[in-house]
Amino acid sequence: MTDLTWLNELLADNRIFTPQTIAYYWDGLVTTTQLVFLSLVVGLVLAVPLAIGRSSKHRWISLPIYVYTYVFRGTPLLIQLYIIYYGVVFFDGIQQTFLWPILREAFYPALIAFTLNTAAYTTEIFRGAIKATSRGEIEAARAYGMSQSLMMRRIVLPSAFRRALPAYGNEVIFMLHASAIASVVTLMDITGAARFVYARFYAPFEAFLFAAAIYLCLTFAILYFFRYLEKKLLAHLKPQSGN
Amino acid sequence: MKKLLTVSLLGVAIAAGTAQARDYDHVRFGVDVPYEPMEFRTPDGELTGFDIDLGNALCEEMGITCEWIEQEWDGIIPGLLSRNYDAIMSSMTINDERRQTVLFSDPYITMPSAWFGPADLGIDEANQETLDGLTIGVQRGTLQDSFVTDMYGDVASVSRYSTADDMVLDLQAQRLDIVFLDYPIGQSTLLESERGDFVVVGETITEPAEYFGEGFGIAFRPRDEALAERFNEALATLKEDGTYDEIFQRYFGEE
Repeated sequence: MTDLTWLNELLADNRIFTPQTIAYYWDGLVTTTQLVFLSLVVGLVLAVPLAIGRSSKHRWISLPIYVYTYVFRGTPLLIQLYIIYYGVVFFDGIQQTFLWPILREAFYPALIAFTLNTAAYTTEIFRGAIKATSRGEIEAARAYGMSQSLMMRRIVLPSAFRRALPAYGNEVIFMLHASAIASVVTLMDITGAARFVYARFYAPFEAFLFAAAIYLCLTFAILYFFRYLEKKLLAHLKPQSGN
Repeated sequence: MKKLLTVSLLGVAIAAGTAQARDYDHVRFGVDVPYEPMEFRTPDGELTGFDIDLGNALCEEMGITCEWIEQEWDGIIPGLLSRNYDAIMSSMTINDERRQTVLFSDPYITMPSAWFGPADLGIDEANQETLDGLTIGVQRGTLQDSFVTDMYGDVASVSRYSTADDMVLDLQAQRLDIVFLDYPIGQSTLLESERGDFVVVGETITEPAEYFGEGFGIAFRPRDEALAERFNEALATLKEDGTYDEIFQRYFGEE
């Protein structure tokens, strides 16, 4: 165990930020990060094929995907979370199925809701980027005799990803902020920790300001990461400088 | 403003009360109705409830008569100080802020909390060992939350809910093993409901005061120390001879 006396000294003069409540915030930070990171990764993996399908000329492929994105973008995330968390228990006998160990915990229903939500938004972001591929590039690829899939892999997707990057960065930040509702299904995320401290010490200002500061730091990290990515991947769009 | 009003009324009361504190043979109680099951009206209009029955029993024990005067909650302390009635018996929680204006009797009831779980949970007392590894449900920010977090937070996992309804739903759904609630709420939402087979685990809990408050007290004007003392003695007698328990049973089922 590391020596924590410096922390105890720092916290000596207030009644709210004890090592115990700091630990709540820390656990909240871990929960929020896990929840947002996992849902973004899985959502991204789902969104790529969905976006390709959504841009398909065949209506039997694109229509179901459109319905999915329409439903998940057209309803509040809070409602989706309620339906997935509280709704499933109204199926009789769900407790006896293999799904129950997953649905029993608050974490996985929240992860499912967040993943489906972010996948829907990301699908639409990518679809827009795929659609915006210039006709000239596609015609050139055809002229080279590329098949549909090869063209997708080599020409369309790489440039679509680059175009989607700024919009996707926003989606990541929105997702972080949207995750604040996880505490309604008893998850102790950052907001959950803040609500606990607020209710315990009747100190709304300190409790929520501290939570807001943590969210700000996370947002800053995400912004910085995307700025770095854009600099690297979109370098060819920058005006060439002298050196 | 309210404080100013209270203070000025206190001043009036002191100025008016030049007469010596007298021996009461008739006591008027101020009460805010309804607050079921503490004070409410039956369908045919009769005033009843735990406070009413206990108050009447106390008067009978002291050999005096009493009557009940209805008063809205926000004016209930000014009404006492301006002598509209002589005492307040209306589920008033004893605290230091009120102690500055009124004199309290000994607490006559503390709203008990209790553990509720499914009938097949298989533990008959909640403690560090039996709760080990279980998931406990509480309402966020309640005294139950503070109690469970401090006492069992390190052996069990605590799930906090915004409303008691959400919590009851998750207990039914088997996401929670056990919940800790105000006894009357648990009684109406779990024990008397058709939603499943639930039981009280162990005794109801009212201690320690650090978490569960000092309870409800009868409030008097500060100068009526003798009257408060007589009520305390009568209350002690009723607790001893079983009358208190009988009234408690009437409104809160098994203790």
